[in-house]
Amino acid sequence: MSSITADGQATHAHTSNEFGVGEFITTYVFSRDHKVIGLQFLFSTLLWFLIGGLLAIGIRWQLAWPWSDMPVIGPMLFSAEGGQISPEFYTMLFTMHATVMTFLVIIPILAGAFGNYLIPLMIGADDMAFPTLNMLSYWVMWPAFLFFGGSFFVAGNGASSGWTSYPPLASMTEAAPGSGLAQTMWLIALTCVGISSMMGSVNYMTTIIQMRAPGMTMMRLPMTIWGMFITALLQAFALPVLTAAGFMQLADRLFGTGFFVPEGLIVNNSEMAAGGGQPLLWQHLFWFYSHPAVYIMILPAMGMVSDILACFARKPLFGYKPMVYAICGIAGLGFIVWGHHMFVSGMNPGLGMTFMVATMMIALPSAVKTFNWLGTIYGGKIQFTTPMLFALSFVLMFVIGGLSGIFMAATPVDIFIHDTYFIVAHFHYVLFGGTAMAVFGAIYFWFPKMFGRMMNEPLGKIHFLLTFLFMNGTFFTMHILGAVGFPRRLADPYHYETFRHLLPMNQFMTICAILMVACQIFFIVNFFYSIFFGPKAGRNPWHANGLEWQAPSPPGHGNFDFQPIVYRGPYEYGSPEVDEDYYPQTQPPNQRGDTDEPATMVNH
Amino acid sequence: MGRFWSLLFLSVPILGVLTFLWAALGWYPLEGHWFPELVVADSSIDHLFYVILWMTGLVFIGTGLAMFWFLWKYDDTKHDGPVWYSHGSHLLEIIWSVVPAVVILFLAIYQMDAWAGARMRRPMLENGQPKPPIARVTGRQFEWKIQYPGNDKQFDTPDDLYTTNDLHVPRDEEVVLEITSEDVLHSFFLPNFREKQDVVPGMKQFIWFKPVKDGKYDIVCAELCGWGHYKMKGQITVESASDYRAWLEKAYNEQELSEYSLAEAE
Repeated sequence: MSSITADGQATHAHTSNEFGVGEFITTYVFSRDHKVIGLQFLFSTLLWFLIGGLLAIGIRWQLAWPWSDMPVIGPMLFSAEGGQISPEFYTMLFTMHATVMTFLVIIPILAGAFGNYLIPLMIGADDMAFPTLNMLSYWVMWPAFLFFGGSFFVAGNGASSGWTSYPPLASMTEAAPGSGLAQTMWLIALTCVGISSMMGSVNYMTTIIQMRAPGMTMMRLPMTIWGMFITALLQAFALPVLTAAGFMQLADRLFGTGFFVPEGLIVNNSEMAAGGGQPLLWQHLFWFYSHPAVYIMILPAMGMVSDILACFARKPLFGYKPMVYAICGIAGLGFIVWGHHMFVSGMNPGLGMTFMVATMMIALPSAVKTFNWLGTIYGGKIQFTTPMLFALSFVLMFVIGGLSGIFMAATPVDIFIHDTYFIVAHFHYVLFGGTAMAVFGAIYFWFPKMFGRMMNEPLGKIHFLLTFLFMNGTFFTMHILGAVGFPRRLADPYHYETFRHLLPMNQFMTICAILMVACQIFFIVNFFYSIFFGPKAGRNPWHANGLEWQAPSPPGHGNFDFQPIVYRGPYEYGSPEVDEDYYPQTQPPNQRGDTDEPATMVNH
Repeated sequence: MGRFWSLLFLSVPILGVLTFLWAALGWYPLEGHWFPELVVADSSIDHLFYVILWMTGLVFIGTGLAMFWFLWKYDDTKHDGPVWYSHGSHLLEIIWSVVPAVVILFLAIYQMDAWAGARMRRPMLENGQPKPPIARVTGRQFEWKIQYPGNDKQFDTPDDLYTTNDLHVPRDEEVVLEITSEDVLHSFFLPNFREKQDVVPGMKQFIWFKPVKDGKYDIVCAELCGWGHYKMKGQITVESASDYRAWLEKAYNEQELSEYSLAEAE
């Protein structure tokens, strides 16, 4: 039984009789509390983040020391080959690395973990609109975890058609060793992820529209919430297409239909029975979701970074409204640019021109966002805390990732760099340099609220410094490989004369990548140590303005021990109206704020 | 520590630009870490790449320096006085929306000709008919099948010449290739020719280029096509028109001979 005491700290008043197994399960396992669900998503996705990172090390090992025994891990995983990575295994590695990182890490950590945890708190609600649906959205992820995880242990050791799962390779069980049962499991898992995201998105949209505290107008929402809201819209509109396409591919594989398989294919010297389909159809359907998914993977991060930057620059977010419009603009354009993944796919070249112009236009809202972030730190009083460092690095890395996107948008240049490491560099700058860095920043920032304790700052800064250095060492050099035309997805690129001299560069990148994964130990130690032993955090350790910082740390069931009423936007830092350099959203005008007491006490 | 972090962020544009310069100039140890040698007449892709590189490079350096300067100057521990209390500026928003819009629009229009040249303006014969393909390239797991139409200029007739992973083309001529696949997706990638096209089963596609330099170059498969994807290596040989014709004749004779020998052996 949870209750909230007068000083705002959540306590669990119970005895062993009251708090039985059943209550433990309803409180911590099948919980309907958005905060517990958020943390469940957080822990699960962080575990998969580690698995995804280790898969990447396997890829990098092969590119740096091809066909050589992998120390320690090699003999354990593939003793039959004497500890070497086989081409089949390599194909599985990059397929599953991308799959895990996209579907089990980035999308669920942004929407599932932070979306769940922060949305009700930041808008002043006591929970999500549909708590049971929310609980289900987490537990539907478990079949996905089990199917993706289990696919490593069936024939083929994991799906190996690339994360894009292009047919006919992915449609036919005969086409590759890893396109048997593992690929079927991949498709089923993908469907579960889709269902989970769908449940989440319905909940987020309803909660944000219906459950805002009095005074919390749409234009007073923190940017994090705007990012989550638009992401939920994107998911609601784009996901059904991918889910349908997934079912079509399943039907091709299991029931002999031919949605994506053309007539007269000869595989393994025998002609395929199915036919009449079109491989490009899959690409259209897949990218119709998966391009907006790129924004699903960055818009919430952009929102969180905006909140962190304003807080530690101690001044208002520059250009709030243009920032909101820019998010909407990116999302809107995001729906009509999927074809830029298909410039060399065989799609009509005339259509390529249309997609090129639309893609180029995405640079505009992205530029607006970047310049507004710079405007936010200009003239501030910048506190170099760990979350701030991660947020700042997000901005700089997003600039690199955004600018390299212009090369791809240019159709003729894309002819050369498509499917090369230039692309790999681009999306790792957006998704690791950008989103993952924002996620780290967000964990350091909201950790005191989640666990009621502070993380260790020096350890956090070491973690930031090393991650930042090795990340750039790993990914910046990929641009150079891309300029040579170094292709992705080759188990042995040195088979070709053109790329043979690039081996030392790859070894450098691999060493950086191994160190980048290794230095996450500073984060893991800091995270778990601080949960139990970190110094106690008050309600508002960063002196921030958002509603969540007026709730107890950690908030009890129902979140607020008072009825929050919102008087202003979330970015009133350095306001001349008050003595402090912050002005919480719930503080009535002309009233002094107090750091560790809720500003307004109204009976719940 | 604010100074340290500012300099760390400054190192990104500095090291980034240096890495690109180093690679483009081919200095030790990055020799050959830039575009492979261009062997076709059309250099518009390289040109466009450099145009975008200059533009994005300037933006990258500009934002990097601005960020560094703000971090250096507005460090909380060094900077006294109130913050610049501003919620934004309508004028600035207009400036930094319109200027990128103009640049981007210029870029979008500027590249259309190169795209049309590469994908839409197929070379024509003097009579106005599209130029026929010199060879048909078929991707299959895990090799490139090459088929020349022979003297009758028709594919799939008895005088066709077949080779595997070995494509020959004449220098200084517009070469058209027909590409197709018999199993899964492949991608026909010629790094030195700045040419790449996915090879789609069920579709017949045409690509064209005008080689201007003799030599042997890699044919790379750039689309995942199964476990043996990395082994799918072909070679394209550019040679003078006379050498090319001599090779065709020699290869055809060898094919005839091997067919005759095979039949005899049976």
